[in-house]
Amino acid sequence: MFLLQILKNDKGGRWLIGLLIALIVAVPVLNSLPADSALHVPTYTISLLGKYLTLALLAVAVDLVWGYLGILTLGHAAFFALGGYAMGMYLMRQIGDRGVYGNPDLPDFMVFLNWQELPWFWSGFDQFWFAALMVLIVPGLLAYVFGALAFRSRVSGVYLSIITQALTYALMLAFYRNEMGFGGNNGLTDFKDIIGFSLSDDTTKIGLFIASAVALIVGYLISRALTESRAGRACVAVRDAESRARFMGYRVENIKLWVFTISAMIAGVAGALYVPQVGIINPNEFSPLNSIEVVVWVAVGGRASLYGAVIGALLINYAKSYFTVELPDVWLFALGGLFVLVTLFLPKGVVGLIRKKETV
Amino acid sequence: MSGFSLQEFMRRDQVFDIVNAAQSDQLNVDKQILLYLEGLSVSFDGFKAINDLNLYIRDGELRCIIGPNGAGKTTMMDIITGKTKPDTGTAYFGQTIDLLNMDEPAIAEAGIGRKFQKPTVFENLSVFANLELAMAQNRDFISLYSAKLNTEQSDRIADVQQLIGLADHTFKLAGALSHGQKQWLEIGMLLMQRPRLLLVDEPVAGMTHQEMDKTAELLISLAGKHSVVVVEHDMEFVRNLSEGGRTVSVLHQGSVLAEGTMDQVQNDDRVKQVYLGE
Repeated sequence: MFLLQILKNDKGGRWLIGLLIALIVAVPVLNSLPADSALHVPTYTISLLGKYLTLALLAVAVDLVWGYLGILTLGHAAFFALGGYAMGMYLMRQIGDRGVYGNPDLPDFMVFLNWQELPWFWSGFDQFWFAALMVLIVPGLLAYVFGALAFRSRVSGVYLSIITQALTYALMLAFYRNEMGFGGNNGLTDFKDIIGFSLSDDTTKIGLFIASAVALIVGYLISRALTESRAGRACVAVRDAESRARFMGYRVENIKLWVFTISAMIAGVAGALYVPQVGIINPNEFSPLNSIEVVVWVAVGGRASLYGAVIGALLINYAKSYFTVELPDVWLFALGGLFVLVTLFLPKGVVGLIRKKETV
Repeated sequence: MSGFSLQEFMRRDQVFDIVNAAQSDQLNVDKQILLYLEGLSVSFDGFKAINDLNLYIRDGELRCIIGPNGAGKTTMMDIITGKTKPDTGTAYFGQTIDLLNMDEPAIAEAGIGRKFQKPTVFENLSVFANLELAMAQNRDFISLYSAKLNTEQSDRIADVQQLIGLADHTFKLAGALSHGQKQWLEIGMLLMQRPRLLLVDEPVAGMTHQEMDKTAELLISLAGKHSVVVVEHDMEFVRNLSEGGRTVSVLHQGSVLAEGTMDQVQNDDRVKQVYLGE
């Protein structure tokens, strides 16, 4: 009931969530079919799909701040990567003495660097609950501090976008350093288990896929509940006429800070689910290019609709997987060309196209 | 913090700001004056937009302010609403509320509403949502998130819609309204805010004659319960509003040139010289 209330005005959202639930049920069944069956879904495809779903969740987080609040964030991959690192640190601790050096107390890269003991900021990460908490807290805290500084001093528009780029770039450079204690440019990898399940097992992969789908559903519903509330309408008011909202008595910076922080936490969860499915997290995830790509997904799907962000993320990432295998040289041109074409002919993205069809 | 000293810190005739109650509870109009602007000056790159401006608005009065372009009318409103900080002078709301120490949302909370020259409504929201957001309410994020409309509030929105002639456009996007309708919607949003003082910048720009008459009627009916300050270019409209001996202030080069009834003002030689040119 509560669910239907949230999705009352959101036909696209109802479709999306119905589809995700159908996938959660169907995928394990189709996977259990014999391998020569036409309907068999290989585990590889499931992991790939799970990865797409985490990226879709990241796109939802970006749409929340860009579509509804007008903050063109070009640094959301930073929150995604931080969530990923928090999860990666937990997975590193789960390796135990099965690393190359067989050291039960230190991850391999620390042994390699001749470190004698675990840095203080690694303590606690052998507990799943602690890592899960950090997945939310670290990106949330960074977004809060960053937002408090930027929004209070009324930085907005292009300047804010540039600062978000600088943020993720600075983090990337920091994480590249070995002394930081996050594995330097190799990052964290060679994961073995997650909460007692081997990551190489098919059932674990299916489990992670289901977790990603559930996370996308929950993240979507949280975002939608927000945009459907009066706070969501206040966001749109801030997006369209910031100073008017201020003269009306709205503390614009507080509204921005709340939504930006929530969005960063959603991005963190997406990153945490992404890492065990791809098996590695390294500083490249902070690359400014990644953040820009997310914005392209949202633009292609259609801004300020949430499900558009999901469509865009799935569409482009599928295209990316296809092109980078079949025509690796063409991919970047295809992405750039797509962005130009969408801006020119589909200013409201794929969603705009669907809506137009409906009204005709 | 150069002027900070221990004596200052220990003074017993005043309390720290944080101890004071919320500003809006403090409004004190014992002297029947709602707004005090005294000795205000502000310059932009050497140009004195406001120059030793003194203006007093009585509680419940309707005041028209006229003046040629560049007389400082909009800058004055910017100062009152916290958008611009003056170089010198004081601005008090009632006896006690110092507007110069407050930012825009705080001033709006204290009870000053503003209508802009260019109608600014939230174009991607419905008429209803525009009014709902403008409603006097708790504006922190959690309250906004969990806010539900009660009957009293929806009645009030319906009343205001009736008043501004948009009763049939509840779910129409504000961006799809005509120019005049937007002006009215913005006035409606001001009313939802329940301000004590309404600052209205050129309310009839782009309106038809019937709409102008209706607007004048509405603004006059608001005076009494609210103080209304109207900045307007349209002489006919101002004459209409100030009927019955209401005060008109003439602004020129950032300060008040003349004040009085429309007739007095129009017969003032200085005013004739600089503005009316008759």
